[in-house]
Formats: sequence, structure tokens, C-alpha cells
Amino acid sequence: MDSKAASTSKAKEVALENMLLVSSSPHIRSNESVQRIMLDVIIALTPAIIGSVYFFGINALKLILISVASAMFFEAIIQKLFNKPITISDLSAVITGILIAFNLPASAPWWLPIMGSAFAIIVVKQFFGGLGSNFMNPALAARAMLLTSWPTHMSTFTGTRPDVVASATPLAIMKYGMAADGAASATVEATTSASQSAGAELPTLWNMFIGNNPGALGETSALLLLIGAAYLIIRQVIDWKIPVAYIGTTFVMLILLGVEAEFLPYHILGGGLILGAFYMATDYASSPVTAKGRVIFGIGAGILTAIIRVKGGYPEGVSYSILLMNIAVPLIEKFTAPKVFGEVK
Amino acid sequence: MKLKDLTFKGGVNVPHNKGFTEDLPIEPAEEPAIVTIPLHQHTGAPCDPVVKVGDEVKVGQKIGQSGAFVSAPVHSSVSGIVKKITPMAIPTGLTVNCVVIESDGKNTMDESVRPKGDLEDLSSEEVIQIIKEAGITGMGGAGFPAHVKFSPPAEKKIDTILINGAECEPYLTADHRLMVEEPEKIVFGLKAIMKAVGVERGIIGIEKNKPNAIKALREASKDEGNISVVSLKVKYPQGDEKRLIDATLKRQVPSGGLPMDVGAVVSNISTARAIAEAINEGKPLYERVVTVTGKGIKNPKNLVVKIGTPFKDVIGQCGGFNEGSPGKIIMGGPMMGLSQYSIDVPVIKGSGGILVLTEEEAKPDPVQPCIKCGKCVEVCPVNLQPLYLSSYSLKGNFDKTEDLHALDCVECGSCSFICPAKRPLVESIRVAKREIMAKKKKTK
Repeated sequence: MDSKAASTSKAKEVALENMLLVSSSPHIRSNESVQRIMLDVIIALTPAIIGSVYFFGINALKLILISVASAMFFEAIIQKLFNKPITISDLSAVITGILIAFNLPASAPWWLPIMGSAFAIIVVKQFFGGLGSNFMNPALAARAMLLTSWPTHMSTFTGTRPDVVASATPLAIMKYGMAADGAASATVEATTSASQSAGAELPTLWNMFIGNNPGALGETSALLLLIGAAYLIIRQVIDWKIPVAYIGTTFVMLILLGVEAEFLPYHILGGGLILGAFYMATDYASSPVTAKGRVIFGIGAGILTAIIRVKGGYPEGVSYSILLMNIAVPLIEKFTAPKVFGEVK
Repeated sequence: MKLKDLTFKGGVNVPHNKGFTEDLPIEPAEEPAIVTIPLHQHTGAPCDPVVKVGDEVKVGQKIGQSGAFVSAPVHSSVSGIVKKITPMAIPTGLTVNCVVIESDGKNTMDESVRPKGDLEDLSSEEVIQIIKEAGITGMGGAGFPAHVKFSPPAEKKIDTILINGAECEPYLTADHRLMVEEPEKIVFGLKAIMKAVGVERGIIGIEKNKPNAIKALREASKDEGNISVVSLKVKYPQGDEKRLIDATLKRQVPSGGLPMDVGAVVSNISTARAIAEAINEGKPLYERVVTVTGKGIKNPKNLVVKIGTPFKDVIGQCGGFNEGSPGKIIMGGPMMGLSQYSIDVPVIKGSGGILVLTEEEAKPDPVQPCIKCGKCVEVCPVNLQPLYLSSYSLKGNFDKTEDLHALDCVECGSCSFICPAKRPLVESIRVAKREIMAKKKKTK
């Protein structure tokens, strides 16, 4: 036998056996990574970030930067306190930071995003186990907390033109501007919005579509959000099922609840529906993993959004709808477990 | 049927890496000086040796057999002297009784190795007997004795024989080369199986990325009205037999069932070729085509290797390891192959490939927490939820994994492959399966 391997010395063989890695298959992995997924979401949000600065001015940029920086800071500090590995490099805190800022009005004070980030990261995310273990969307939970705690700050929307100090969102105009009993609403937000809504006019649909209308920072431009969403779907970061089921159901429910046809486009383009459906309802940890479950999740959020908007006390219902559906996820998953291949029932 | 590519639901796109060897003709390996032939290379009962130390044996001579039905005899791959019969480690991770034979270099053939007559003149019982005596086992992986598969109970009505030419494992090209170089033998092997089982329809399924194999087999089977060659979509694990049946026949093998439950019998390309040789040449299964490949190997090759040849010899003939030390040595492909801790183990009937990964390639990725992206659920060909199975398994809650159908897992590894957090999904499901089986055995 004259093969080369046979001539290897005994010592080398022993060494080889110590070096060989032995493990259970598979022995290769895909290029997918958590960081890459998070980076894709940030890339997808970039057009809307640029848009918000264009429409709302430099204060928008300031709020986004403060929000992102504080989210990363709180993540690092709480992980340090818990003696856990610091994982801010996975970029998930960056996304939470951006989304919190996107839910703020451009006139919000600088400390508001810090409060939001602290609640989102420390309470909603890390207390429940960190990345992947949060049972509701941290950014939305923060929005709900901020809205209850500082309703005036959270619902004083400035227009996109410098001469307009305070104005009503299209949804508020639809809800209160045309309703006689607007001022009788119980919530502070509703009162604020209602008083602003008096005599206000709806923006043109084109302005609604490109984002030139009053609202929270990142919500207003359907166009820029949809560009990012298309990127996420093409990159297979998000599944089309939740957003399509969500927006479709909202549309159908609004018709069923008697909303006039001319207001329907405002409902779809206005408020946080596009942002919520594509970027928040699709949050991995707080949405179902099953295909059927994702459709049900979207339908449920759609029904709730339409009901809150039309029958509820708030002009906007996206955040509460998604939060409510987040809580229902374990139940949805339980009843939508896929049928195993070849399973005989 | 011929125009569209058939497939199944789920699965992943894996990097093929077949370029190392897909265009290299099969060549004979060097004669081994010593072979170590395990007496248990198959699913079923181990063989008892029928030779003893000091005996002279010839090529193709039976050296081990068992009285059990589910078993397959083993044969010598060289002529020479039996040196010892002792338990040794084999690539499946087990330590089994092995017959060590020192070759005399003459390769004297055993008298039993002679043509078994025309297929037309043989009865199906005779064909099955030839296959059984030749020690032929499924050469695609599990090593199930072929004659058992071809003798289904009378109540199972079989209507189709499928030949699995998917070869969806990355790197491996042994079946591909056989299809290109010896298509007549494969078609003959299929006809023999059809005769043995008594069915009229034969289908050969090949992944679309092997157009020359599809062409060669269509050419070789053009006069056979009841044999068709279908093109399959390139997707892992297309070569899993239940996926292949789903793709080609649109039938779902019931959970816990076998292909025969839906009227199908599936055989591998190498197996069909071995059957053809057993009938036409009387040659028992004592050698097979092995793809020796990977970045860690200097000269990748497709070699005909005698069963019992140490991995070390085969690797040596391929120029040895590339610069740097090898990181991982795998029997089979990278998705389902078995990593080895030694290169002293012998090539066995189920060794379709020897894959050497470099240290860089073998380095494990750091594991991150599950982000619940659901990709594992999307790709699972059996519709399981690997993320939850894995999480229960890692917590030791095996009853829960059984409720979630852990036993249906085919261990294809698609979930672990796709996982962005690099979690050990199939690895932990494997643990759960073993625990469930152990518990079942205990309660029986």
C-alpha cells in the first residue's frame, strides 16, 4: 500500500482524532442570521425615516436618534445588571427605537422617546426574557403606555408645513370634525383631537399617500412604508399573510360598519394601519408561527381596528388591536397547529 | 407529466457544491491491502460469521449471514486470509463484529459469482432470492435489506416501483455519475424489481439539475413503455422517499407508515445498479461508488471502493487532506451524513460519500435565542413546528414532544439549516425521538 495517508505517522493520527469535530447533522448552515434580518428591517424603514425628516423637519430626526440611542442604552444596561451577555449588536433594539419614534408626534418633547424606550426594552422585552420572548410588541406597548401617561403630548399633532402649529389627523377629522358630539368624548386625547378638528379639512388623497399630512412621525407616508414593505417581502423577512389579512379585513369591516365609500381610502392610508400591518403586526415574537394562525391574527386585528375606529372612543385603533391580538397568539397557535404530513385523524 | 418539474411542500434550497466531482468519471480505487468488513451494515439482525480466522476466502464469497428474515448477508471484497474476527468501530457510530481480511492481491473470484440467467426466465421468487443472496441493502442511507422491501405482505397492493435519482444531498455525485455512465444497468435493475414485486409501472425521478442523467435514462428506457423518467424540482429533501412519492404519485404515506401503504416501493440508484449486477454477473454487493469530496480533500473523485476499505486509504488516494487540518469528516452528505471521529473506519454498503470539511467550514456558529421567525415551520416537509419541539426537548419535556409528533420527524435537517439563530433544532428533536422510543420500549 503506497497511499499517502498510510504513511502518516502514528503521532499525527492521534492528533487528527483529537482535532476532528464530531456533531449531529446537518453539518452546513444557511447564510441567514438574526442580525441580517434586523438589518433588513432597518433598511426597509429607512425611506420612511428620510420621509419623516423631510415632512416634519429636524425635530423628527432628533426624536428618532434619541429613541434609538436610548433603546440601545437601556438594553445594554439591563443586560449588564442581569449579568447576561450584551446583545445590542443583534440590532433588534435599534428597530424598537425607530418604531417608538415613528409613533410620536413631531412636536413631542425630547424625553418622551426615552420614557417609551425604557418601558419597551426593560419591562416588555427584557423582563420577559429578551429577544424572541416578548409576548407583545415592545414599541406598541410603549405607545400605549405613553398615550395613557401623557395624552396631550401624544396627541398634539403638528402639520407638515411650518405655518401650521397644531392640526388634527385625518382620522380625527373623520371622527370628530363631522360629528356633532365630538367634544363629549371622554378621553383627553379625544378632546384635544376634537377641538383641533373643528372646521379642519381632510388633506387630498395624494398628500395622504405620500405622507404630506398631520400624524405620527413614521405613520403618514404610505408610499415610503410600502416601498420598505415590498423589500421585506422580497427578502422573505416578513410573510404577506398578516398584513394582507389585516388591511383586507379592516377594509371589509369598515364597509360593514357603514363607513362611507369616500372615507375608506383615508382609513387605509391614514393612521398607523400601514405601519402597523407591515412592521408591527409582523413582529416575530408576538405573532403566530403557523400559516393559518397568521391569517387569523391579521383578520382579528382588522376587525378590532375597524371597531375601535368607528365605534370606540379613539380615532385610531391600530396599536390596541395589535396588542390585543398579541395576547391571543398562544391560543391561536394552539388551534392552528399544522396537520402533520400523512396524519390520519 | 414530462414537462413540469414535480415536487413537494416545504424544503430548502441548499448550496449544491457538486461541482467538485459531478463531471469526473467513476474510476476504480486502488486495491486495499487489508479490509475490515462489518457483519452488521444494515437495518435488522446482525450476521454470524461463516468463516474463521485463518480461512482462505475469495472475492464474492459469503463470510457472514443470519437466519433472520430482516438481515442481509455480507461477502468478502478481496481474496486472501481471514486475520481476525473482532468487534470494531464502524462509521455508523456502532461497534460491531468485523471480519478482517488480508488481501493476497490476486483477486481470485469465488465460484458462486456467475450470471444468474435471463431476467425473462427467472420467477419473481428467484429474483428476490438472488437479491437476498447478494446481500443488497438500500444504498441511499438507512440500509434496509432490499429483499424485505420487495416482499410486501399480500394485503399491500403495490402498483409502482420508484427509483430515487434525486440525490438531493449536497456534494454527493455517486448516483449522478452512475446514471450518466451506466443507465442501462439502472433500467435493468428497475425491470428486475418490477418483476420481483410483480408490478407494471416504474418511475425514475431525477432532480432537474442533472440534465445529462435525465437524458441518459430517457434514452436507455425509450423502448420500455411502462417506465417513465420524471424531472423533479431541485429542492432538499427531494430524495426522502416519502417526499418522492408525494411529488411523483401525489400520495401521502400515512404518519408512521411505509411506502407500501400507498402502493409504492422506492429504491436508490446504486441499489438498482447492484441488483442488475447481481443478476447479470452474479456479483454480490462487495463494492460501491463513493464520492470523495469537499474543500478539505486535495483531489476529489468518484471511486469504486471495495467494502471494508479504510477511509484512510480512500482519502490517501485522493491526494490526502488539503493544506491545514481537516475540520470534519463525514460519511454521506452534509445534511444527513454522520461525522466521524476516526479515519480508520471502513467503507460500508451505505457509504455514498466521504466528505471532508475544512476547519473553517466546520466551525460551529454561535447559538442565539429563538426569534420565532417561523422559518423552521415553513420549511418542515412534515409540517412539524421544530422551534417548539426543540424547546420542549431541551427542557426534558419529552411527553410534550410526543404530542407534537416528534416521531414523524424525518431528521432531514432543513430546520437547523434555515434557522437564523443557528439553533440545534433537528439535533434536539433527535434526542426527543430516542427518549420517546426508549420509553415506549419500557412500557411494552
